[in-house]
Amino acid sequence: MIELSELLVPAIKIVVLVFAVILPMVAYSVWAERRVSAIIQDRVGPNRVGIPFTKIGLAGLGQPISDGIKFLLKEDFTPGHVNKLYFWLAPALTMVPAILTCAVLPFGSELFGEKMVVADLNVGPLFIFAIASLSVYGIVLAGWSSNSKYPFLGGIRSSSQMISYEISLGLSLVPVLLIFGELNLSAIVEEQSENGWLLLPLWGEGAIWNGGWDRFFLFFPSLLAFIIFTTSIFAETNRLPFDLPECETELVAGYHTEYSSMKFALFFLGEYAAMIIGSGLIVTLFLGGWSLPFGCDAALMQMAGNPEQVPWWLGLIHISTFLVKVVGFIIFFIWVRWTLPRFRYDQLMKLGWIVFFELALLNIFITAGIIFLTRSPD
Amino acid sequence: MAEKLQQFESPDTAGKAAQAIEAYQQTTDDLVGEKLTLNMGPSHPATHGVLRLILELDGEVITKADPDIGFLHRGDEKIAENMHYNQFVPYTDRLDYLAPLANNVAYACAVEKLMGWELPPRGKAVRVLCCELARISAHLLGIGCYAMDVGAMTVFLYTFTQRETVYNLCEQISGARFTTSYTRVGGQIHDITPEIISGVEKFCEEVSEAIDEVDDLLSRNKIFLDRTRDVGVISREDAIGYGLTGPNLRATGVEFDMRKNHPYLGYEELDFDIPVGKTGDSYDRYLVRMEEMRQSVDILQQICRQMPDGPINIVDPKGTLPEKERVLMSMEELIHHFIVATQGIDAPEGEVYFGAENPKGELGFYINSKGGGVPHRLKIRSPSFANLSILPKMLPGHMVSDVVVILGSLDFVMGECDR
Repeated sequence: MIELSELLVPAIKIVVLVFAVILPMVAYSVWAERRVSAIIQDRVGPNRVGIPFTKIGLAGLGQPISDGIKFLLKEDFTPGHVNKLYFWLAPALTMVPAILTCAVLPFGSELFGEKMVVADLNVGPLFIFAIASLSVYGIVLAGWSSNSKYPFLGGIRSSSQMISYEISLGLSLVPVLLIFGELNLSAIVEEQSENGWLLLPLWGEGAIWNGGWDRFFLFFPSLLAFIIFTTSIFAETNRLPFDLPECETELVAGYHTEYSSMKFALFFLGEYAAMIIGSGLIVTLFLGGWSLPFGCDAALMQMAGNPEQVPWWLGLIHISTFLVKVVGFIIFFIWVRWTLPRFRYDQLMKLGWIVFFELALLNIFITAGIIFLTRSPD
Repeated sequence: MAEKLQQFESPDTAGKAAQAIEAYQQTTDDLVGEKLTLNMGPSHPATHGVLRLILELDGEVITKADPDIGFLHRGDEKIAENMHYNQFVPYTDRLDYLAPLANNVAYACAVEKLMGWELPPRGKAVRVLCCELARISAHLLGIGCYAMDVGAMTVFLYTFTQRETVYNLCEQISGARFTTSYTRVGGQIHDITPEIISGVEKFCEEVSEAIDEVDDLLSRNKIFLDRTRDVGVISREDAIGYGLTGPNLRATGVEFDMRKNHPYLGYEELDFDIPVGKTGDSYDRYLVRMEEMRQSVDILQQICRQMPDGPINIVDPKGTLPEKERVLMSMEELIHHFIVATQGIDAPEGEVYFGAENPKGELGFYINSKGGGVPHRLKIRSPSFANLSILPKMLPGHMVSDVVVILGSLDFVMGECDR
């Protein structure tokens, strides 16, 4: 007999996470993109839309809502020459995997005794890769079913790009998993909370003065893994400098040239959702997820008294810490996009296969060697 | 100036690859691959106007390129045969619409050459000022669009901010921001004010900073270098053979600039260098434009420092319109005004060609006159037309992504190409 609470609690988590956190974040990261790019480019950006029928502007915070309404009201045009089934399927196939992957991301410690993760899987990273690699189908199908040349070229590019970079993405993650000896993302975050973030091993057992020499030597492989992983996330989410499937000035709009209205918006939202999940994954693996730095978590827990139960205010602090870190990464993503030119198709493949693939592979052996030498088998 | 004329073997790897594919095709009867015909333009983000390219693709590699022009043809040359010399000035605005002031000057100089007139020093200096402002404005846009095609959108907006200042100056100079129509045969519509001089001096400082900023963003950027180096290589022979002019020619190493080789408007008295490239690839074309902007800033500063006083128009009662006050007060001037306004300037018989160094290259006007107020035939030698003619030779062997880089680096304007 399944208890009702076992079904209800995850359902509430899913609904709240997807509709109250991820989707608004997607909408507002579009707004952030437009505002930050405007700041970078000496422009103003969308700053008018606020509360309707009043003069309250709220620095343009109403823009995502009006954008959404605009997308819904536009004519949803399906060109006559497309393959209808796949044409309709493709936008969903980009959006759904992007949202599915957030199931295993721990976005907070505990709130009222509930772990702040939808599915506390023991194979978190594997699940993310398995689902994320589905999103390439959306783009390939969009390019193919459009039956038009520019989307077709965009589809070809994206399939090879995303598949190539998935390899370096996966390989660059292996050292991290070796270091933690763990595949559960919540456990990884807890470990980092106690013993120092992977890229900031300055407290707990990770600090040198506490005998964390292994973490000191492992810092450099982790940094390399971080760089490869972040770059590959850029390629996975099709953002500049790797936005070849879209490639505005070459392929007009790439794979979604023939799309309009909400179907186009789904591609758009899927891209931003993927960016948010990617940032979340980077934060979780390398920067301690929801944890506060310098052992503050342990200190605050002591202050609260009960060592078993995380108090609600600390839970909220953890959730906001996670969100702040993710937002920081989103701004980094935006910053890069508006600074760099884009690669050419062959250069991108060369970079993926000749530089990142080899480096990631080498990194695994270096990490394994360091772990073998510094950690006594127990 | 240092000797920079040197012959390099073109590192045109893409072109060689295309030749290899072609050679392989001739050795076998098999179908090497089905080609995809891609229609790029006339409305495409990278074609900057209405150029249409019919590309034949083998995978992502271009095997054949066929530019199709004429979507913006307005018959300017024929129109010129039906109007007075001065009436044609507004049409020159719409040739290279990114540098209308320079077109005005080039056209006025051509007709003045036919008339055998020589402008007073201040008039010449004002025209040089106009030309160099236009050159900076056009190069800013050229580099901005080029960077945008490569993917660096921000550069485009940085350069556009500076162009806004140029437009404000244009407005102060001529009364219009875009379609300036500033010159007339024998002078300008009115003199420039001291405020304009100080405005130009201020602009010179601002634009230098902006150029340095663009330099920081692009010149040593690894991705930008990868995208532009050895892409779209033009050899010296090809450049001369296809009649390329302007920065595109100079990027190949040919030191040819109308301002130095056939000086006009007192350019011989100004101190400036002609930047030339080495390999003639897209990156060299970018560098040449950047350096040309710096040289133009230098010229502007020189002009502002030593702006001569005196009249700006030639004094020829039968050629230029007299002062309005005197038209109203005296008989003689009224008659001249009436004749010049209704019948045009009485040009002598003969034919002239005048080429000016415009931002895109040599803009030339060939005028065949049989006397009277209208030209018998007027031919415009537009630099963009000649610069685009090399595309079918240059594009095969490159990838689709290189097309936008090459188009951006050639920096053409369809208004001028199609005329």
